[in-house]
Amino acid sequence: MEVIDPKTGEPLEPGEKGELTLTMLQKEALPMIRYRIGDISSVDEETCPCGRTSPRINRIQGRVDDMLIIRGINVFPSQVEYTLMTIPEVGEHFQIVVERTGALDDMLVRVELTKESFSDKINDLMKIRQNVEHRLRNALNVAVDVELVEPGSLPRFEGKSKKVIDKRAI
Amino acid sequence: MDTKKYVIKQISIFSENRPGRLAAVAQALGEEKINILAFSIAEANGFGVIRALVDHPEKAYKKLSSLGYNVAFTDVIAVQMKDQPGGLYDIAKVLGDSGINIEYSYAYSGKKAAVLILRVDQVEDAIEKIQGAGATLLEHTVFH
Repeated sequence: MEVIDPKTGEPLEPGEKGELTLTMLQKEALPMIRYRIGDISSVDEETCPCGRTSPRINRIQGRVDDMLIIRGINVFPSQVEYTLMTIPEVGEHFQIVVERTGALDDMLVRVELTKESFSDKINDLMKIRQNVEHRLRNALNVAVDVELVEPGSLPRFEGKSKKVIDKRAI
Repeated sequence: MDTKKYVIKQISIFSENRPGRLAAVAQALGEEKINILAFSIAEANGFGVIRALVDHPEKAYKKLSSLGYNVAFTDVIAVQMKDQPGGLYDIAKVLGDSGINIEYSYAYSGKKAAVLILRVDQVEDAIEKIQGAGATLLEHTVFH
């Protein structure tokens, strides 16, 4: 098993995020040679707390086909979802809008403000927005703008097509 | 002193900052035959808060909540001002001198009087100070 860079096909170091690639020659009827399964993860070679010493794969972080490249950094919508789930002030639904301003990519994440956290004071709302921006930036390693939207206003169950709007001209 | 009767329930609505949002809120209130007596919009980056005094706050809250809006009640006070130069100064000075901070405010100049609506950090204190200075506060029954 290898973790490779989905673009170059080169193997990555343990801990580096990339596409899982499997080679299985023992299966005589259907041997697989560097079969790219499309899931994103990384290999962990540290000893597991349970005592097991063999390498493990980390939590699957997303699909290669969902991956966005923002300012050269790989970003997965699943990371955004995962981060939002840890912030009680906003819902877990989101929409990512990517635009190119000049030579730089700008990533906007639209999130729904929950009923309980609505405050009449603009300052409180700005604080929530800044907190979400901060948390996303820490999780994704890329600067993110956040827009608070009305609850229920983001599209649901629409899959990738509506969750990510990439306006960059290719 | 009974300060409760001077506490007015303002309805606050979270809204995205884009065309048609105010129309949607106003239409919902109109359909329920709710009259808006005073209102203002505060805007921030990408969103805004609509604040209004209406004649039936509970009904407005229910209607807007059922439509999925984020709605909250906020306690405000309404002070009658002299509808002439210096009217606002008189009230603002009382609050300033008493160390009461105005979080936000809006006003209207009606047929009967000019009215200043205030959201302050210490509501009861403000009511006492304003009355102590001889200014008139409007009771909530004036609105709803």
